[in-house]
Amino acid sequence: MSSITRRRALGVAAGAAGAAAGLAAAGSATAAAPRATAPAAEPAPASFDEVYQGRRIKGGPSHGGDHHGGHHGGGYSVTIDGRELHVMRNADGTWISVINHYEPVATPKALARAAVRELQGAPLVLLTLA
Amino acid sequence: MTVRKNQATLSADEKRRFVNALLELKRSGRYDTFVTTHNAFIMSDTDNGDRVGHRSPSFLPWHRRFLIQFEEALRSVDPAVTLPYWDWTADRTSRSSLWAPDFLGGTGRARDGQVTDGPFARGGNRWTINVRVDGRDYLRRDLGAGGRRLPTRAEVESVLAMETYDTAPWNSASDGFRNHLEGWRGVNLHNRVHVWVGGQMGTGASPNDPVFWLHHAFVDKLWADWQARHPRSTYLPAAGTANVVDLGDTMRPWNDVTPADMLDHTRHYTFDTAA
Repeated sequence: MSSITRRRALGVAAGAAGAAAGLAAAGSATAAAPRATAPAAEPAPASFDEVYQGRRIKGGPSHGGDHHGGHHGGGYSVTIDGRELHVMRNADGTWISVINHYEPVATPKALARAAVRELQGAPLVLLTLA
Repeated sequence: MTVRKNQATLSADEKRRFVNALLELKRSGRYDTFVTTHNAFIMSDTDNGDRVGHRSPSFLPWHRRFLIQFEEALRSVDPAVTLPYWDWTADRTSRSSLWAPDFLGGTGRARDGQVTDGPFARGGNRWTINVRVDGRDYLRRDLGAGGRRLPTRAEVESVLAMETYDTAPWNSASDGFRNHLEGWRGVNLHNRVHVWVGGQMGTGASPNDPVFWLHHAFVDKLWADWQARHPRSTYLPAAGTANVVDLGDTMRPWNDVTPADMLDHTRHYTFDTAA
């Protein structure tokens, strides 16, 4: 109990640093090397390239480094009109994106299509983290 | 003492002061730092890698600390303000007073999802979406789109009944209370509410919608309710778990607070009903 109290006291003192400190730490967190999120047993989904509701959506295995500031698609990348959509594979093999983050879908193509519907024509913006 | 109240019970004056404090944090730029932090964790928390804010046991203590920090910011503007919570099992339609023009404003218009009434409508020029994942700078919602339904009280009860806090593999595939409350598995509570609101609430930048805080204040209350119901259950895992915040590990981004520090909410606030 005493250690918790001491930690809490430290936390209160550090609280003044507030959101700015939080930002800096979060930024460095995303700068860390990406890790593959797809279970090893899951085969990589098929590549796709189509025009959906007037938008060019592409998906396929990604090569090379993490040049867009942290994507975790497990070596798979998705673009909409050439701009990268941050995607993530869940442990059960389903997919989410930064646009549809709380509603998993079965495939990256379904994910790209869901993002196009959500965007209603708006361009993707690559979030640059402070 | 900080008492967090059900949003449905707030007086007109309490609503006005809460809204004004939000608008002042937005004006000063402090609000958007919270949106940025949240999205950074959304994008970096992964099932097989490091995970702190989401899809992991620390989902609950991380958001508790995040809300405390936000509530402190609100109270630095107006010390009378506390975070209200939205019990979405009770106030479950777009006709709830939560969505009235004197509080959060309503759903988005059909054409582009834009919220056009209330203090956070883009037309009022006080709520620009700056930290965003697409080109649109206005708050959007699509409350209950496609006939979606919010979780029921019975569904909440079925999750509160789960005795075990969390289980290996400590991610979106886990059984146990945490992951069922978070919603990656089972009846789906927390995730489903984000989807029901729609707009920015469905994205990684979900704190752009002020309802984010009221939703998470209720999720946080459900954790307290669960603790009261299962006094012999506690946070798991205890120690030595790769990529996961154990009971005594510090959590990013604060690095000075552990899940153990966050277990007792009454050190920081109480609720208007006994938890």
